[in-house]
Amino acid sequence: MIIGQDALPATGALAVATLGMTMRFGGFTALDDVSISVPAGSFLALLGENGAGKSTLVKCMMGFYRASAGQMMVSGREVQVPDPRAAHALGLGMVYQHFTLVPSLTAAENLVISRRDTPAVIDWRRERAALAAFMDRMPFRVPLDRPVRALAAGEKQKLEILKQLYLGRRFLILDEPTSVLTPDEADEVLGHVRGLCAAGDITVLMITHKFREVTAFADAVSVLRRGRLVGQGRVSDLSHADMAAMMMGEARLPAPAARTGQPGASVLELAGARALDRSGLKEIAIDRLEVRAGEIVGIAGISGNGQMELMEMLTGQRPLRAGAMTVRGRPYHATRTEERQMNIRYLPEEPLKNACAPRMSVAENIGFRSFDTRGGGTRFWLAPGALRRQAEALVAGFKVKTASLDAPIAALSGGNVQRAVLARELTGSVDLLVISNPCFGLDFTAVSDIRARIMAARNAGAAVLLMSEDLDEVLELADRVLVMSEGRISYETPAAGADIATIGHHMGGHA
Amino acid sequence: MTDLGLWAVPVAILGGAIRVSTPFLFVSLGEVLTERAGRINLGLEGTLVFGAMAGYAVAYESGSAWAGVLAAALAGVIFGLLHGLICSLPKVNDIAIGIALMLLGTGLAFFFGTPYVQPVAPRLPAIDLGFWSGIPQVQAALTVNVLFLAGIALALGMAWMLRATRVGLILRVVGDSTDAARAMGLRPNAIRIGATAAGGAFAGVAGAYLSLFYPGAWSQGVSSGQGLMAVALVIFARWNPLNCVWAALLFGGAGALGPALQSVGLSEGYYLYYAAPYVLTLGVLIATSSPNRATAGAPGELSITK
Repeated sequence: MIIGQDALPATGALAVATLGMTMRFGGFTALDDVSISVPAGSFLALLGENGAGKSTLVKCMMGFYRASAGQMMVSGREVQVPDPRAAHALGLGMVYQHFTLVPSLTAAENLVISRRDTPAVIDWRRERAALAAFMDRMPFRVPLDRPVRALAAGEKQKLEILKQLYLGRRFLILDEPTSVLTPDEADEVLGHVRGLCAAGDITVLMITHKFREVTAFADAVSVLRRGRLVGQGRVSDLSHADMAAMMMGEARLPAPAARTGQPGASVLELAGARALDRSGLKEIAIDRLEVRAGEIVGIAGISGNGQMELMEMLTGQRPLRAGAMTVRGRPYHATRTEERQMNIRYLPEEPLKNACAPRMSVAENIGFRSFDTRGGGTRFWLAPGALRRQAEALVAGFKVKTASLDAPIAALSGGNVQRAVLARELTGSVDLLVISNPCFGLDFTAVSDIRARIMAARNAGAAVLLMSEDLDEVLELADRVLVMSEGRISYETPAAGADIATIGHHMGGHA
Repeated sequence: MTDLGLWAVPVAILGGAIRVSTPFLFVSLGEVLTERAGRINLGLEGTLVFGAMAGYAVAYESGSAWAGVLAAALAGVIFGLLHGLICSLPKVNDIAIGIALMLLGTGLAFFFGTPYVQPVAPRLPAIDLGFWSGIPQVQAALTVNVLFLAGIALALGMAWMLRATRVGLILRVVGDSTDAARAMGLRPNAIRIGATAAGGAFAGVAGAYLSLFYPGAWSQGVSSGQGLMAVALVIFARWNPLNCVWAALLFGGAGALGPALQSVGLSEGYYLYYAAPYVLTLGVLIATSSPNRATAGAPGELSITK
């Protein structure tokens, strides 16, 4: 709804601003007097840690929340945005972190059904012609006739942006748009977005964690911390260190754990291992993979290139069709007995789903490795007192925040579930640790804590295999970097002196 | 009767395919509609039996077979609405509700249907497409009920609807991703209730076909599990209405194998051939399944653990 008489400009980028935007949930102030301004045709990056209020701000702008106080200005006029429909009517649109496309519909069907005025009977010949004309005006294109399921992540993200433009949106909020893309794909998509801004077609507000993207594509940056606007400026005037300082404030991250000791004897070896991928159509083929004691081997790659299947092979969730896995020269089939004898531990991705019984208590989940052991053998009657004492010690030692040891583990936040599982897996002597995406969705503090624990395990002589979609994480932790693409290991390099561009090319399968 | 020799078997299978397939076709089309919207309605067997009773009773009382079909469809809508509404409540499992409604439907049908076991209701009309042939068996095989043709038209119409209408696309969106549907401002539950109600109507019509055309009488054994088989049929028709036609014909033909072999004098072990549709179901499901991947074409919101 527009207040005042004059209509908004009919086409071209919109200038959008918030004035003193405040959002309170009960006694908690999630957003405190935030005023930002995004001039027409500009590209603003919004930085901040998890929980800093970035999502709250954009949700207020898009009408998902009703702000407790403050105003929205579009093209210099005050507007009311009571719900997302009103935001859409004004020409404001949002691209979410997770895809909102319908997987089994084709790109063309997704575009047409997202319109508010889709006709009852769709004349596909006419729609197709209109779509072709629309695509001709766009700087990038996606295949329209394939189901969205079959598109690569980069293509899906492009389609999300195209969808907003197709719907006539002229101010776009992008919520971590590159979290699922390769560096090459990210650069391509953001380059096109940047071009649309420069042409005066759209204005962009991008939420991100990646300083590199801010420097490369944004004009200006605003930084939120604990719900307040703590800094802003032109990107050309700010260094990465300045931005990090604004985001973190007084708090200092513990320095990355030191790397000590040299790799020792070989622990895990895979030779000619073959398994079907999750579609059952393609094959995962690991010709040779070796992890040595006191070494972190990082596997980089875009999700869906076989990392999940490799993890499942190693945890015994996916049968091998050929080849063998050995640990210290002995054949390994991922049984519980072997894991116990050979000191093998896992931290799978989404630990709540893959490594916990969500409704059982924190204490019980922490006891999963040891509840049935007594010395070297097994026990029949449980020892609840001992389990509880062990859980208490680990919860304190790993700083797991939980209301009680008897709370269901599903009630914990993501970082605390991760810490609890890590506490369980790192107890006792560990010879081999297999980890997948350990820091996905966690905030700075939890991330640095968990990475320090992994590094400590390496320094204590464990062989660590780390699979991660976050290239920075792989480069920070690993001694050796492997790249996985289309079910194979396509590239290997020592982490020291690794070239990001080369790794990126191999991740995209272009090399 | 002309003696056709062994030719009698394929002719009988053809006739059987046309006669027996209609209820399979209607129930499976109803189930496709429901499942494409993201719900599973296992209760269609109950709806079918109740539709058979309601259709027969109304046809007898009113003297019009078509009034019976209409009544059966209405009864189906009510059962579908019941299923849809109950499943829209939080933490309700659609499979459990489906089984409950299946038992409720058959139970109610037996309860209300007792007075109609004896009376004879008017039959649905058939079109004689075998007039060109002088052979009585061929004429008999090609006596096609109007509902069979309506079912084929319905399958074509549904395929078109899912591809080229707003309602069809919305149905697919809701069945594939509740989140995406909500983001579009759709109300998934309302759409699912509508789809389940329409699916129920189809199953009701299938029941009316059973009691008003073939076998053409109301009894407690009127259905031999067609409603349940049709749900399985949807899976290997890959949720595609046109495939439902072929699958239904295949089932109908397989069902006619036993009686056909018996009629040419093969009397040993013919009971085994009566099991042909069930063996076929097992065979097709095993052949098209895989332990390592989800079934292709399945709507994303289908789940047995909702």
